Amino acid sequence: MVQEDKLLDARGLNCPLPILRTKKALGEMSAGQILKIVATDPGAVKDFEAFSKQTKNPLLDQAEAGGEFVFFIQKA
Amino acid sequence: MDEKKLAIVATKGTLDWGYPPFILASTAAALGYSVEIFFTFYGLQLLKKDLSHLRVSPLGNPAMPMPVPMPTLMMVLPGMEGMATSMMKSKMKAKGVASLEELRELCVEAEVRMVACQMTVDLFEFDTADFIDGIELGGAAAFFEFAGEADITLFI
Repeated sequence: MVQEDKLLDARGLNCPLPILRTKKALGEMSAGQILKIVATDPGAVKDFEAFSKQTKNPLLDQAEAGGEFVFFIQKA
Repeated sequence: MDEKKLAIVATKGTLDWGYPPFILASTAAALGYSVEIFFTFYGLQLLKKDLSHLRVSPLGNPAMPMPVPMPTLMMVLPGMEGMATSMMKSKMKAKGVASLEELRELCVEAEVRMVACQMTVDLFEFDTADFIDGIELGGAAAFFEFAGEADITLFI
C-alpha cells in the first residue's frame, strides 16, 4: 500500500471541487510527495484519471470501498 | 510547448447557466490551461460582486425537473421563480455542488482572465463598480486576439 504525505478529504464534494482542491493541495507539496484523496463523487474516478494524464502527476493507485473512492497522486 | 488555451463566451445570466462557464474555466485552469472568459449580454450578470440576484425560471424551461408536473400556465404565478430558485440552491448545497461565488473565486485565484463586453455594458448601463475587481473591458476584436490562438473555444 502506498504511504501518503498528505490527505485530502473530498467526501461530499461534487464536480469539479475534488479536482480543484487536489490541484490546490498539490501546489503546496513538493515533487515526489504523495497526496491521498478520499471522494464520494462517482464521477471522480474518470476525472482523476483524466487529471493525472493531463497534468502528468502520476496516479499511483486507486480503490473503492463502501461508496468511497480513494486516489493516490504523486506530485510530478 | 506553450500552454493550452481555452476561450469561453458567457452569454447567459441565470443561476443554472452561470455554472458551465465557471466550472469549465476553473477545471481547465487546474489542468494547466490559460483561460479567458468574455462576458456579454446577460452573461455580464455573472460579474456582479453580489450574485444573489441570479434566478432560475421554470417558465419556458420544460426540461427543468419539477417535484410535481405543473402546467405552463402555473409557472407565471407570483413566487414560482423564487421557489424554483431556492429549490435549486438547496438541492445544490445538499449534493455538494459549489456555489457560483465559490467557483468564480476559484477562477480568480487561478488567474482566469475575465473580460466584460464594453458594448453591452454600455447598452444595459451596467455600473462597472458593481463588478468584481480585476475585470477588463474589451470588444469583439479583443476577444479574437485570445480566441484566435485558443485550442478550444466555447459559446455558452
